[in-house]
Amino acid sequence: MKAGSQDKSLKITGGTLFDGTGTESDNPGLLIKEGKIVAMGADALSAEVDQQYDASGYVIAPGFIDLCCNLREPGNGQKGNIASETLAAAHGGFTTVCASPETSPVNDSSAVTHLIRDGASSRGSVRVLPIGAITRGLEGELLSDLAGLKNAGCVAVGNGSRGIKNARIMRRCMAYARTFGLTVMFSPENQALAADGYAHDGQVTTRLGLLGIPEVAETAAVMEMLLLAEETGVKLHLSQLSSGRSVEMVAAARQRGVKVTADVAMHQLCFTEEALAGFDSRYHVRPPLRSEADRQALVAGVQAGVIDAIVSQHQPHDTAAKQAPLPATEPGLSSIESVLSLGLELVESGELSRQRLLTALTEGPGRIVGLSPEITCGAVADLCIFNPAASWQPSEQTLVSTGKHAPLVERKLSGKVELTLVAGRPVWVDSH
Amino acid sequence: MTAIDPSPNHLQLTRGGQLRHFLTLDGLNRELLTDILDTADSFIEVGERSIKKVPLLRGRTVVNLFFESSTRTRSTFELAAKRLSADVLNLDISTSATSKGESLSDTLLNLEAMASDMFVVRHSQSGAPHFIAESVTPGVAIINAGDGRHAHPTQAMLDMLTIRQHKRSFAGLKVAIVGDILHSRVARSQIRALNELGAEEVRVIAPGTLLPRDVEDLGCTVEYDMIRGMRDLDVVIMLRLQKERMEGALLPSEREFYRLYGLNQDKLALAKPDCIVMHPGPINRGVEIESAVADGPQSVILNQVTNGIAIRMAVMSMAMGGQMAERQQKQMEREGGRA
Repeated sequence: MKAGSQDKSLKITGGTLFDGTGTESDNPGLLIKEGKIVAMGADALSAEVDQQYDASGYVIAPGFIDLCCNLREPGNGQKGNIASETLAAAHGGFTTVCASPETSPVNDSSAVTHLIRDGASSRGSVRVLPIGAITRGLEGELLSDLAGLKNAGCVAVGNGSRGIKNARIMRRCMAYARTFGLTVMFSPENQALAADGYAHDGQVTTRLGLLGIPEVAETAAVMEMLLLAEETGVKLHLSQLSSGRSVEMVAAARQRGVKVTADVAMHQLCFTEEALAGFDSRYHVRPPLRSEADRQALVAGVQAGVIDAIVSQHQPHDTAAKQAPLPATEPGLSSIESVLSLGLELVESGELSRQRLLTALTEGPGRIVGLSPEITCGAVADLCIFNPAASWQPSEQTLVSTGKHAPLVERKLSGKVELTLVAGRPVWVDSH
Repeated sequence: MTAIDPSPNHLQLTRGGQLRHFLTLDGLNRELLTDILDTADSFIEVGERSIKKVPLLRGRTVVNLFFESSTRTRSTFELAAKRLSADVLNLDISTSATSKGESLSDTLLNLEAMASDMFVVRHSQSGAPHFIAESVTPGVAIINAGDGRHAHPTQAMLDMLTIRQHKRSFAGLKVAIVGDILHSRVARSQIRALNELGAEEVRVIAPGTLLPRDVEDLGCTVEYDMIRGMRDLDVVIMLRLQKERMEGALLPSEREFYRLYGLNQDKLALAKPDCIVMHPGPINRGVEIESAVADGPQSVILNQVTNGIAIRMAVMSMAMGGQMAERQQKQMEREGGRA
């Protein structure tokens, strides 16, 4: 089978089926025609098809959905573009990515949203769902035309990784988004408390003399956002939590009826502040990698379902952005190709169940942006088929993303995506 | 689950345990620190000769790369290199290449192309010497002359040399570091050195706004009250206070800081009678320390300056020795492989 071949019927046999509702079973056979799953079981197995794929030993899951991906288009072509980064997403098993509004120009108008959607339909390997900028230019001061953004196809609005100037504007952002039933996605960070910091304010910053971002910069913002969401009634999605206390606050707010969901970046589940101990700029991310206790609490939050989704927070950069002393480098890592492997390491270590990992990559994020990723008859054939037993070693040469600053370059990883289908079309096929 | 080796030793020590670079005191054991102090001791008499030179770095090129200005540190590094017979190039980068938009990596490539053997680096960003050490061609030694808030290892070692000269041994010593611990690269290196060399207690004395989070993890005790903190001290190290600390609500005024944390004769009298007074300089008289103490019999501040040259000679010669040993080792391995 080759990537890109279209309009051919496909039969998938063997393997373990993860149906998107949290259960695994032996694959009874899947028949895919014209982009949809048209039969399962005996009907599928007996069908005459153009192509057949033997998934024995593999896991067949709905395609992964990423709520936070930076495609760098329009703008920053030297860091990546829709073609390169959606292909990287396909390599990682993702079939849908939400495009961050942090582009140049910022996605704060229907014109930019159309530009992204047109680019995605002509050059994208996977589905691209734009997230609109809730404030003009992401400046955190003036409201964007939210009705226009929604009509143009934005599935939610947020302020990227940037904050809102003050609580009064935040409250108005939420109230206005509520008018249109739009989910607001915010990365909680109190700008005054975070100030010029770039690393977790803890043991490593103290030892290395790095400028810290205290945990309270996040938790104070989380509490403020939860209270404002409660008051305005907006659907709030908290993006990229980094601290254990935030998880506790989300759980408590949900208990009292606040419409809140949350996600965490995979690297927050795997690495801690110690990764910066060698001044390694690849681990310069925002929010910063925090303590081991925070990491464990975040993993527990995913396992308990308090955190709905795991995201890549993929931020490809050119070499120059990371080739400088740590404080002068840009935050973010190239991650979308290794999300599954990192997650499977958590499964292997017993910290996270495979069901919860896959739910947090499929049903959890899907629910937040209005998708129902399932493997049933009639469903769109967005699938990720991976071999949990295979290993691979990413290198700068083999990574598809323009960003080569992946934390796991040259490290042996387990769990390899073998085939990614978007509407029945193979967009990534491992030929090895 | 970290994928990297975060310890500094893979970078600054050779496989044989010799210095290759001198970036931080983290990970350096007591034996190596003592070796640096002993080597520095042997260089002190060079400064007392009529011809103040030894040929250890003859034919070598040392570049002083100062991305932030520091007359005293640069002068002592320059003198140290010259006393080791090196050719020295002083570059004030803050007013040249990088201010024209050239990246640090490009600046380094240009300097390496001039066949430099050693860079002495001063930079306002923590970790800059680490970045440079990872970027340069093997064989070029990097000496950290102070980076951000991270480390100032040669300053700490000259302080250790000064303490050893006056106290003979570190065992049983009670040492206090007073002032702006939060922003001090010197304090971090001093705490590390004192702990490794066996001091009984390292105490930091400062208001809460000038202490890093969980500072005790560095290996020290915390005291907010200087009157209590001065008791039983063998050594008191005063830190320099930058004027801008009054901004951003770190301190209300220099006057209040001096009243609470400035070292005067009354406070010094609370320490042991033979307590020595140190300061990395330059001193703000009447802010951190009163003149009668700075110039008094217990002050060893000028000894610190003198010792700075000897320590820098020791570190430069040892790092160059480590680089040469490593080169020879690799050469032998290559020849062994061919045979």
